[in-house]
Amino acid sequence: MPTITIIEFSGDSHSIEAESGVSLMQNALNNSVPGIDADCGGACACGTCHCFIAEQWSGAIGDVNPMEDAMLGMRPDKTEESRLSCQIDVSDEMEGMVVRLPEYQM
Amino acid sequence: MNNVADLVDPILTPLESIDVSDPRIYENDAWRPYFARLREQAPVHYQANSPFGPFWSITRFNDIVAVDTNHEVFSSEPTVILGDLTEDLPITQFISMDPPKHDVQRRAVQSVVAPQNLSDMEGLIRSRVIEILDALPVGETFNWVDRVSINLTTQMLATLFDFPFEQREKLTFWSDIAGATPELTGGDTPPEERLAAMHDCLATFTALWHERKAQGGQAMDLISLLQRDPNTADMVDRPMEYLGNIILLIIGGNDTTRNSASGGVVALNQNPAEYDKLRANPDLIPGMVPEIIRWQTPLMHMRRTAKSDIEFEGKLIKKGDKVVMWYLSGNRDESVIEKADEFIIDRKNPRHHIAFGFGVHRCMGNRLAEMQLRVLWEEIMVRFDSVEMVGEPTRVKSNFVRGYSDLPVRVHPRKGCNSDKN
Repeated sequence: MPTITIIEFSGDSHSIEAESGVSLMQNALNNSVPGIDADCGGACACGTCHCFIAEQWSGAIGDVNPMEDAMLGMRPDKTEESRLSCQIDVSDEMEGMVVRLPEYQM
Repeated sequence: MNNVADLVDPILTPLESIDVSDPRIYENDAWRPYFARLREQAPVHYQANSPFGPFWSITRFNDIVAVDTNHEVFSSEPTVILGDLTEDLPITQFISMDPPKHDVQRRAVQSVVAPQNLSDMEGLIRSRVIEILDALPVGETFNWVDRVSINLTTQMLATLFDFPFEQREKLTFWSDIAGATPELTGGDTPPEERLAAMHDCLATFTALWHERKAQGGQAMDLISLLQRDPNTADMVDRPMEYLGNIILLIIGGNDTTRNSASGGVVALNQNPAEYDKLRANPDLIPGMVPEIIRWQTPLMHMRRTAKSDIEFEGKLIKKGDKVVMWYLSGNRDESVIEKADEFIIDRKNPRHHIAFGFGVHRCMGNRLAEMQLRVLWEEIMVRFDSVEMVGEPTRVKSNFVRGYSDLPVRVHPRKGCNSDKN
């Protein structure tokens, strides 16, 4: 049950007790964090669970898979820190991780 | 209008006789029982003898997602509509390309909907919506399609292209005629009329390209974005590619939002309890907007072509076969969407619909479309107790665009309305 902080574009911050083994997207939805739309429901098919996670967490969150990379490639606001939160399975290593959300999901 | 009686019986006819490419099914709004039967009895259905050639229909939500996200097998080339490309106009466009070519061309233009642009556009959209709504003739019957839906979306489109504003009706004309021939979508426009219009479109946009080029600058319109990206900077030298992409962007930004702007009025009038809910609580608008888009599904299908043989849900789809994903049907799939045939403005999880498609070809302008519809309904609810549908709408004859050409309405200003213009 790592504590993860999700910060909306507006600056509003949400600390959640995340469930390990469940996707970051689903954890955000389960805790009613606004700003993650998750239109496709976690199929890596829409890009509306886009988030930004600093490089220091790359070991914990793993690499971007090819399908995720393809979906992220269509985001005009993509950065080096862009991830789709449906493709990240929460683990205890993510204790204290900070996740930032974009202004728009699309 | 064709007589509905000419259509085959959706329940009694043998499965192999069901042909959902027949545009009259949509013109007469008679499609529901055909797709309900296909979803139940033949979710991967083969029609061997349609006027558009043989094709597979994929009608269940999850099967559509599976096809839409598998571009290794299900190619978007050479075209994404049921009707094949015509020899008189062999266009190419990024929606009809697979990765990686698709990706570089789409990337060139997608910053038109980047967050900063979207934020800037909201104020502009609101001021236009206000102007359009305040000019409506209270006490008269008028066509909502022309006065509101087309007016709003065409203005937006002119802005996106930085197209001469006073000539913006041409954009609507080209958008409507681009796919309106019998062999493309089952429409009634003679091919030579379409061809002439498309050449006019190409000539106009070619002149605009050179004009824009001469201006230089860092403008954010679609033509300038194409010119600035090294992958598309010389697109004007490939006229069929330039024209193809212009048509794609015109239709993408026009037919879709336009018909959802009309569809919302139809849906609320057909479901008065939902309209009451909205009047009681206009805060429901942000959730109502994706529900309108699902309910309308303004683009009914996308086509793929199999690149290799594949067994899919127990059927053998052969290399070269046409595979049509019926978004219209996926959006009525009860196994994924509860009470899918009903219009429910406070639906739980309203964004889980398939009208924007899924995978790398997912609609680029989805948030801009939603913003336009949200602002439209926010301003409607400030002004009008009711936008009353006073006659049956006239629907477009097409197996691709689910749209309206006429929607007779009267508007009823709110009692004690604070809008100073009415």
